[in-house]
Amino acid sequence: MDLELMINSLPKLLNAAVITLKLLSVSLIIGLFIGLFFAILRLNKNIFISRFAYGYSYVFRGTPLLVQIFIIYFGLGQIEYLRSTVLWVILKEPYWCAIIAFALNTSAYTSEILRSAFQTIKPGIIEAGKSLGISNKVIFYKIQIPIAIRQSLPAYGNEIILMMKGTSLASTVTIMDLTGVAKYIISTTFKPIEVFIVAGGIYLFMTFIIHNVIKFLEKKYSFN
Amino acid sequence: MMNIFKKTIFSVLFSLLIIGNVNADKIKIGTEGAYPPWNSKDASGKLIGFEVELAYTLCRYIGQQCEIVEQDWDGMIPALIMRKFDAIMAGMSITAERQKAISFSQGYADEVASLAVMKGSDLEGMNTPEGINLTLGGSGVKKTLKTLTGALAGKTVCTQTATIHQNFLESGDVGKINLRTYKTQDEVNLDLASGRCDVALAAAVAFTDYAEKSGKPVVLVGPTFSGGAFGNGVGVGIRKDDTELLKAFNKAIEKARKNGDISRIATKWFGFDASM
Repeated sequence: MDLELMINSLPKLLNAAVITLKLLSVSLIIGLFIGLFFAILRLNKNIFISRFAYGYSYVFRGTPLLVQIFIIYFGLGQIEYLRSTVLWVILKEPYWCAIIAFALNTSAYTSEILRSAFQTIKPGIIEAGKSLGISNKVIFYKIQIPIAIRQSLPAYGNEIILMMKGTSLASTVTIMDLTGVAKYIISTTFKPIEVFIVAGGIYLFMTFIIHNVIKFLEKKYSFN
Repeated sequence: MMNIFKKTIFSVLFSLLIIGNVNADKIKIGTEGAYPPWNSKDASGKLIGFEVELAYTLCRYIGQQCEIVEQDWDGMIPALIMRKFDAIMAGMSITAERQKAISFSQGYADEVASLAVMKGSDLEGMNTPEGINLTLGGSGVKKTLKTLTGALAGKTVCTQTATIHQNFLESGDVGKINLRTYKTQDEVNLDLASGRCDVALAAAVAFTDYAEKSGKPVVLVGPTFSGGAFGNGVGVGIRKDDTELLKAFNKAIEKARKNGDISRIATKWFGFDASM
């Protein structure tokens, strides 16, 4: 064990963890909105609309995240027509390709989590709202969405942690995130165990924080 | 019940030990399989290339059976140290940095590095000499590096990770550039073609090979590089404590060179004699 290397690489890895957190937070925010949108589509009575939303989550949950990143980064980069469009400004950057892949992936899972949360809302609650003369719109925004968010907290917490670990794949498209920098240090020191232990420790610490924040929120918004 | 369980575990572990020992006298050689023409894979996934053929030739001279195994480039040296295989033949140049971790045999081949761009790039027609040797130095080299520093400023320069090319680009010889590193040379080629990279650095043959196979208008620009950060030729990487194997490889390389095997195989794969 090369303790000196572990200590020396800690600041570099912590710096890189900031990139990891940026990737995670940006893609989670975008993913949450897209996920909510598709969850609502899933609940639509029109079978084509709900099937379409189901197909979306089926495709993104049924393929590996690594494959999705490669298709978006290397795959779309091969289409010559795309390179002449304004889209290329975004797709040219590895950072945005990773964000797009992560956001689409997490939105598929989020839509499933939110859908099942909406479906667990007891009809009585909505009926109670209606009997008080509250409009459907207000019922949706002020009753259904808050309850659904509370219901989905535990599952969504898991999704955040999975996504945080998933961001390590950003290193495959040249992004210097926590894993990318760890690999870089290894490539010059040839000591993978030490460096990956430190990097793993940082991931574990981030998981610890996320886990506890979710736990706190669960307690705060508990129904009991 | 517990007893049976224990016995099963023991016998499984024991048989694993025996299997491990049966293969002990085979020399395992690690290669990347993604750096043509040095080493690559054919359509069926079989490892081919200059080093694969040379490895079998060297093993014949050593008089031992060889097995060639595949290993990702960025984990090559750690895998050797952890005894996943006994020798590296993967277009790995002999550099001082690597020699801190492993030993190298004498060099068996050498390559020059070059920058490459897509046709139409403003880097084409750079006014530089044909080639520079960083070890020799001198005013010509200095002037060339200055020209390159100016030309590469603000450009996205791409190269494979953990290579002599990355070392050179990070050495400050060409100033501060926007460096991007990739896991494989294939990915560097893809992003050079897509336009994400303005310019790439690798072995000159890696680009000419790609241009030929893909039909993409990849052209070499600037001087060819050797010496300095680019190391002293490509050799067999061997664990430091494995002095017997190092001797055996050195002897085999000498014999193969004398008999003309290395130049023959090199000419076959490179199209020119890259042996040394």
